[in-house]
Amino acid sequence: MDGPTPIFPTDAPPPSGGPLGSSAQEGSPRKGLRGLLLRALRGRRLGDLVFVNLTRSAAVVVVGLVVGIVASLMISGKPAFEAIGSGFLGPEWLPGGQPPRYGALPLVWGTLVTAGLALLLGVPVAFGIAIVLSELAPPVVRTPLSIVIELLAAIPSVVYGLWGIFILAPFLRDSVYPGLQATWGWTGLFGGAASGYSVLTAAILLAIMIIPTVSAISREVLRAVPVAQREAALALGATPWEVVRMAVLPYGRSGLFGASVLGLARAIGETMAVTMVIGNRNAFFSSLLQPANTIPSVLANEVFEASGTHLSALFALGIILFLVALTINIFAQLLLLRLRRRGAHA
Amino acid sequence: MVDPAVGARRTAPALRETPSTKVAIGGLRAWFGSKQVLSDIDLDLPALRAIAIIGPSGCGKSTLIRTVNRMHELVRGARVEGRVVVDGHDIYAPGVDAVAVRRRIGMVFQKPNPFPTMSVGGNVAAGLRLNGVRDRAVLDAAVEKALRQAALWDEVKDGLDQPGVALSGGQQQRLCIARALAVGPEVLLLDEPCSALDPIATSKIEDLITELKERLTIIMVTHNMQQAARVADYTAFLYLGKLIEFDRTRRIFETPTQELTEKYVTGRFG
Repeated sequence: MDGPTPIFPTDAPPPSGGPLGSSAQEGSPRKGLRGLLLRALRGRRLGDLVFVNLTRSAAVVVVGLVVGIVASLMISGKPAFEAIGSGFLGPEWLPGGQPPRYGALPLVWGTLVTAGLALLLGVPVAFGIAIVLSELAPPVVRTPLSIVIELLAAIPSVVYGLWGIFILAPFLRDSVYPGLQATWGWTGLFGGAASGYSVLTAAILLAIMIIPTVSAISREVLRAVPVAQREAALALGATPWEVVRMAVLPYGRSGLFGASVLGLARAIGETMAVTMVIGNRNAFFSSLLQPANTIPSVLANEVFEASGTHLSALFALGIILFLVALTINIFAQLLLLRLRRRGAHA
Repeated sequence: MVDPAVGARRTAPALRETPSTKVAIGGLRAWFGSKQVLSDIDLDLPALRAIAIIGPSGCGKSTLIRTVNRMHELVRGARVEGRVVVDGHDIYAPGVDAVAVRRRIGMVFQKPNPFPTMSVGGNVAAGLRLNGVRDRAVLDAAVEKALRQAALWDEVKDGLDQPGVALSGGQQQRLCIARALAVGPEVLLLDEPCSALDPIATSKIEDLITELKERLTIIMVTHNMQQAARVADYTAFLYLGKLIEFDRTRRIFETPTQELTEKYVTGRFG
């Protein structure tokens, strides 16, 4: 028997039996599969058994999938690692060049900067939405606002990309970036000619895309803050905003952090929308208004034309992306652990 | 039926002179949605005394004290009618800011609720910070004073920067009392402050209440009649949202005028 120990062992008399219920012990135990099945049914163990094994196999399948995907990436990427080696550390990704160059660093850089910037832009907005939804908005506003936000999550990323190409990018190019260059150009972050298809455009689009995820989870986190915590602040004479700042946000900080990490994961993995607005230039950038590229968007752009070493190099890029995501996750978990230890609650 | 220890150390030394009224409740009615939970409460609560509010579950005890610092109205659909006059000012008068009322009237809840991300000192200073106090020395002095008043200083003085939630339950509750005291309220509301505590922690809180009423007026909801008998100078008995009787604690427990009160304090219902 490998299931969890039942609360009432099936062989024992039922707990409500008392002195009159002892007949269950007198009959000889039934033998064979039928008896086992009957006993299992009587003790409601069959349902448990099925349920436990179903959920267990689901967990096994997931682990198997991850292991399988990583293994096949490694096998397919191995020739590229052997052939290219330290060439992956080069400053340029140019598979069609003579000789072909496979520097992955600009792509890693592009991935990290777009995702990080998206987080920087999107998370404060998402937190603001979550605070409004859980604390400040009257109930009449809450439901419609929630639905609108959740609709944002239902839009396919290719539609975001389309909107990015034809509306967002031209708008930013004509109305926002000239101003940015004029006022913040001295920082060097906004140099060069602004075509609209750039790191910043991709980051803004990504920020919009992660807002629904981050705000929905944050809203649940904030709603889970106990009434007692809010009342503690209210009784001290806190205004609604002070209640949020003093009791709600600190209590929920590890959950809010988790919500941001999920947003980051979405931003790092997003392909289509980024490919459509980032400009697809496989080199390092220093200005946020320059075109660039990310690992997912290189994969999407090149996978159907690649063969031989190039194809294998794309698999290697997949491994690199996986490692980047893994590293970020590990750091996030460590940070979360520290937050929880200091906060002494989940 | 009254705890024989009542007459001893813990009762107030003198109740001879009639104290002035601190909180005057008049024609108070309260609702949750369409359900009326308090009807026409009239109650004059004396200054510098401990007043207990007793009654069976659901009788409106907690609602009554939550009307005294305007916490009741924070629950969705809840509303209040009538007067609660503190020091001659009706806190429900038009134009009175509920936030300002809560800054003057402290409250401690059933379960200790220190802010989990704040240190012991940070918890005590929280109310002062809300009031805009930033000066480190002023805050430190106020924290020490409040912790001493809450009889917690000796236990935590070496760990003021430790998390408040690392303390024991009884210490956490005294921390919450210190947090309420730090802003210098003249009225302190306690909503079943010992219901989550063990007997030793409970007796510490009870001793503390006896000390604190020298300085401020204490209104305490309690389920525990022995506790009311031990610490309260006056006791109000509530039943089904109505005030049945309010008198000196000894009278409520020994010679109540209402049959309902007698039944309740002798444990025949409730």
